[in-house]
Amino acid sequence: MSEEIEKNTVVLPEPGSLVLSTSPHVQDGDSISRIMLKVLLCLVPAMAASIWFFRFDAVRILVYCAAFCIFAEQGWTMATRQKPTVGDFSAAVTGVILALNLPPGAPWWLCAVGSVFAIVIVKELFGGLGQNPFNPAAAARVALLVGFAGPMTQWAAPATGSIISGATPLGAVQLAKGSKEAMAALGGPEQLKALFFGSVGGSLGETSALAILIGGFGLLCFRLIKWQIPLAMISTIFVFTGIVHLAAPELTPGPVYHILSGGVMIGAFFMATDMVTSPMTALGGLVFGALIGVLTCVIRIWGAYPEGVSFSIVIANALVPLIDRFCYIRPFGWHSHSASALQIRRGEIK
Amino acid sequence: MITPIKTWRFHGGVHPADGKALSNSVPARRAPLLERYTVALQQNIGAPPKPVVAKGDVVKKGQLIAEAGGFVSAPLHAPTSGTVGDVVEVPGANGGAIPAIEIIADGKDEWGSGLEPIPNWKNTDREILKKRIADAGIVGMGGAAFPTHVKLSPPPEKGIDTLILNGAECEPYLTADHRLMLERTEAVLEGAAIAAKILRVDRVLLGIEENKPDAIAALKEKAGQYGVTVVPLHVRYPQGGEKQLIYALTGRSVATGGLPMDVGCVVQNVGSCAAIRDAVVEGHPLIERYTTVTGTPVVDPGTWILRLGTTVEQALTFAGGVKERAAKVIMGGPMMGFAQTSLGVTVTKNSSGILLLQWKETSGYTSNPCIRCGRCVRACPMKLLPGPVSVMVESENYDEAERNYVMDCMECGVCTYVCPAKRPLVQHFRRAKAEINAKRRAAKAKQA
Repeated sequence: MSEEIEKNTVVLPEPGSLVLSTSPHVQDGDSISRIMLKVLLCLVPAMAASIWFFRFDAVRILVYCAAFCIFAEQGWTMATRQKPTVGDFSAAVTGVILALNLPPGAPWWLCAVGSVFAIVIVKELFGGLGQNPFNPAAAARVALLVGFAGPMTQWAAPATGSIISGATPLGAVQLAKGSKEAMAALGGPEQLKALFFGSVGGSLGETSALAILIGGFGLLCFRLIKWQIPLAMISTIFVFTGIVHLAAPELTPGPVYHILSGGVMIGAFFMATDMVTSPMTALGGLVFGALIGVLTCVIRIWGAYPEGVSFSIVIANALVPLIDRFCYIRPFGWHSHSASALQIRRGEIK
Repeated sequence: MITPIKTWRFHGGVHPADGKALSNSVPARRAPLLERYTVALQQNIGAPPKPVVAKGDVVKKGQLIAEAGGFVSAPLHAPTSGTVGDVVEVPGANGGAIPAIEIIADGKDEWGSGLEPIPNWKNTDREILKKRIADAGIVGMGGAAFPTHVKLSPPPEKGIDTLILNGAECEPYLTADHRLMLERTEAVLEGAAIAAKILRVDRVLLGIEENKPDAIAALKEKAGQYGVTVVPLHVRYPQGGEKQLIYALTGRSVATGGLPMDVGCVVQNVGSCAAIRDAVVEGHPLIERYTTVTGTPVVDPGTWILRLGTTVEQALTFAGGVKERAAKVIMGGPMMGFAQTSLGVTVTKNSSGILLLQWKETSGYTSNPCIRCGRCVRACPMKLLPGPVSVMVESENYDEAERNYVMDCMECGVCTYVCPAKRPLVQHFRRAKAEINAKRRAAKAKQA
């Protein structure tokens, strides 16, 4: 080899050093950890808003939840002798979203119970990232709401003060139920403005619709979520509550109040859109979003709980395999006249 | 006033960094004559050709050295004049060793193909032209290496009405077809006109990606005389996939498991068209081709006119060797090419490129679990569900994978390219397809 180099100075690759693998030989640089970091980046406006409105309480809960989630995942992978997976940042994302779902007065042990439940019970016991049928943060919120109803409904007014009577906007709706005038007063422009910018009571991430929308816009720009899911969810809630409001104004405030209050925004952009627990196809996304929207409205208007977004997401998560089953896409070149016996077995042809 | 031609947009696809700037402005150079060529005895899909020369025979350039081994087969010709050596074993591009005929050059490079030029092909019988294409050993030079004369003999009931020329060259890095269309514009168009005459069609569409404006301009200037319409297409891999190209140009979709001729189309690579012209007008069989030798480690990347039987080692030497460490040597492009471990692999009729990649440019697979992000579903040009199907294959549930159309996968690699979990998706599908094909063969054997 060295003689040849001296002879004509042409260097050739050494055959022994060549890597053998099948095509494709290149990949775009994206990875799971980069996706999760982008999601965290998109959560920054919502985190900033929660800190603005709830000051140190928000910082405390965000740090607790993120830390407990990361510890829970690290502890689980160590205890079960699996490859450590905290490096993919999915536990951190779960922690932040869970924190945004907790009330500002949540004690440390509530954060710990929620985090361990989200990571160990909802995610790891089902096989880890990618295998969990339910969104960890949504399922943990539901568990805490059912199991620890007291601390989960200890609301504090935001540091900027709230103009909406009642602890939370949706709590105010419960109180106003049956009175047409009270409902109409809730839907005033001042109230809607407060809901949009966030100076209302509620969970950390439920206050400012604007902050969530900025983050949601980021998610769409990074192409991390299906636009079909938030679109279908929010428009279904808008139409459903709009119809009910017109038919029975004493039962519920107007549609804008509904989409700006509670967990609709954070649910639509950050929880329902969880890749693992939402349908894969575009049509499936529309069905899934609409289903969450309808369930949310039913729970809010006729249910015992003032808020139903996380319940709806968990119920819809359970139906994802069914949605995927019906909202498949047909391959390129599929024609009914070319249907084969395979497609008959698949139930595509009658 | 030229009315823009309607094109269709196929589902999915990606646009990887194409690396074409490395070599697309360098005119193609003719490789110097070598002392020895090893012509591999399997350069086409179908039956391998049978050698008709023995050791010590003196051959002229273009002389038949192996005849077609059946209808779906293509003969081989001597790349230069000289003496026939041994039948040696060379590494095949797809792995394994294949036999090859050794030709020791005499340095005179004298033609003697025995094929009479047919300059007046317009008034020549179609069957004679078809026979000439078969005798010249022409195959699809885009990659599949399917014998061209077979493609030009569709059953009459298929009602072929469109000839499509594939000049998309959607594979990143490769610029061989680009340089060919630019430098041998009229040869490509005349070959297309010959193929159109054989097929009795008057609608000839040349699909070319918009990233080759110079070639588009050159083709448009001459296309009218040959009855060819040049259609610029979006730059999107795999625009040059047969089914995608037909859809982009005609809006027709080839049915699951069907062939282009089912929708009245025949697709030919532009390189094959130029070879058709050389075989008919000049009487030259297919003994050389445009091949891009490129990649960031290559000292002097560019397109070379290489004779069949040139080794990768020799081709890389023409290009000045490497200036930094290459992790992979690939026959073909980065999306569908074959990685090599030996530089003794020879240039064959479908070698569109020899690509070297650095370590940091290639991808390793760690295969994380599917996070169901759906990027593969959005990107799949065949509209399959790569992620879920890969999970079925992982659990060896091949029946379920088959019901989810895994057999329609054309292995373009787009799903693996976009997968953030770095799952070897297309590799799973290759395995599933092999398993299903084996099962089908076994079922057939049982029936018989």
